[in-house]
Amino acid sequence: MTGQANAGRPNQLLRNLNSKIASIPMILTAVVIFLGGTLWTVFYSFTNSKLLPRLNFVGLDQYERLWDAPRWVISIQNLAVYGFFSLIFSLVIGFVLAAMMDQKIRFENAFRTIFLYPFALSFIVTGLVWQWILNPEFGVQSVVRSLGWTSFSFDPLYTPSIVIYGILIAALWQGTGLVMCLMLAGLRGIDEDIWKAARVDGIPMWRTYVQIIIPMMRPVFITTLVIIASGIVRVYDLVVAQTSGGPGIASEVPAKYVYDYMFQAQNLGQGFAASTMMLITVAIIIVPWAYLEFGGRKRG
Amino acid sequence: MADTIAPNPNALDPNASSARLAAGPRGKKPRPVLAPRNIMLYGALIFAAIYYLLPLYVMVVTSLKGMPEIRLGNIFSPPVEITFEPWVKAWSTACTGLNCDGLSRGFWNSVRITIPSTVVSIAIASVNGYALANWRFKGADLFFTILIVGAFIPYQVMIYPIVIVLRELGLYGSLTGLIIVHTIFGMPILTLLFRNYFTSLPEELFKAARVDGAGFWMIYFKIMLPMALPIFVVAMILQITGIWNDFLFGVVFTRPEYYPMTVQLNNIVNSVQGVKEYNVNMAATILTGAVPLFVYFVSGRLFVRGIAAGAVKG
Repeated sequence: MTGQANAGRPNQLLRNLNSKIASIPMILTAVVIFLGGTLWTVFYSFTNSKLLPRLNFVGLDQYERLWDAPRWVISIQNLAVYGFFSLIFSLVIGFVLAAMMDQKIRFENAFRTIFLYPFALSFIVTGLVWQWILNPEFGVQSVVRSLGWTSFSFDPLYTPSIVIYGILIAALWQGTGLVMCLMLAGLRGIDEDIWKAARVDGIPMWRTYVQIIIPMMRPVFITTLVIIASGIVRVYDLVVAQTSGGPGIASEVPAKYVYDYMFQAQNLGQGFAASTMMLITVAIIIVPWAYLEFGGRKRG
Repeated sequence: MADTIAPNPNALDPNASSARLAAGPRGKKPRPVLAPRNIMLYGALIFAAIYYLLPLYVMVVTSLKGMPEIRLGNIFSPPVEITFEPWVKAWSTACTGLNCDGLSRGFWNSVRITIPSTVVSIAIASVNGYALANWRFKGADLFFTILIVGAFIPYQVMIYPIVIVLRELGLYGSLTGLIIVHTIFGMPILTLLFRNYFTSLPEELFKAARVDGAGFWMIYFKIMLPMALPIFVVAMILQITGIWNDFLFGVVFTRPEYYPMTVQLNNIVNSVQGVKEYNVNMAATILTGAVPLFVYFVSGRLFVRGIAAGAVKG
């Protein structure tokens, strides 16, 4: 083999050697961390690891314990409520803002800059600002009361039943600018002639949007949906900053459950089981999307 | 892949929209500025803009007030007596645990984390994207697909295995370890960004260089790198804001003396001991947000392009 390689035609392994060397970090990341790490975590979620990972298999014990834990059930409920409203509101607000921006308005750049700047800020900053604005003693509630409406009550961060909506408000403030940008890009990608045709036919503007433009923007909506959804499953810093999971455990989320069990409660098995559940949640979102998006293309 | 994740960056391009303007007027005849439709449109936009600006305004005014004024007044009122004391205190004397040297420590930690992480991750991803675009080898697509799919896996799933790997390497808790972590998690989006860019360049360019006998690194440094400068800027914006804003990796992979600014900020504001000094908290919050905000306002449209590509990162 070596003789052949020296003779001029390099063997398979040495072809494109530089390219392969340059790809080593990617290959290591993809195989060792993304693939290996994920399998490792799933594998160890069937053990009763505590402080250190140990190969002591207990079957589905960790999962049973997980779903029996009130804190996990609340986390999942919170994620469901937060996820549902977050998807609906960010799509609706993002689209409406984008549609308004697409009316050939003046100062488009200024408006875009204003709507998008929260996205440049971290979730920690976002959470802390809204913690302050929603502060019952000094924030919105006290301001409205001082205007004379003394019975006004708006205290999401200290009311267990609605605390997740307080987090939702902050998340929407931070994230809708991004959705607006993606939607605006989608709107700008739509052929001018569609608008002309609709106008010639005398279709009112709102119907053009609902019946023609939105169906045409399906790919943009789906991509945006996937982006928002995978962000929702990850929500962590925002909750840590805004409420630290409180009051009590009312605003816990799965990502925080994982972190707390892995690094504070020193119950690795629980952390692995919980993170595997997160992985399944993401898979439920991603797999159908990837199938629709790429499965079809390969056949075509 | 690229088209679906980065929905046509040209649509955000200034030239594209001006080209559309040049193509001819769209829509009905121009109406008077004060038509009811315009009043509603601008009214709604201005209302939304006020809502988005309000938190920034509240942050700034709160940070400029003294504590007595905060206790008496309302959070939306401008400061009667402007004081910069909270800013000084937030920067140099606010306490986290036993350390009372303020946010400056976190700021410098964040600088020491962000700069090398940005440089290393971009260097690796750009070479990698170039290899994937122009020097394809067997199996490259498979690894790349795993990498992109991996971008959607929640970080929590991979954190602990990384802790073990770093511990084995003796890097757990160190700055180097954190830089490696940022490089790993920045790789999917950055590689995608560079691969797509290099694929979009005319192939003749590459072929001509090959005919002239240039090799892998020669072509990269002499031809590809100079041509890809705009995309390097986009990648830098993406990485600087992303890494500066990171909280989870900072708290998991470093020791307290290396905590980045976000972690320290959270510790200062959410500490249970002592009287809450809201003005100091807000000054600290602005200070932490200042770097990404600066990058955002300076970079303008490139930022939009970066997030359109980087939205995957979430």
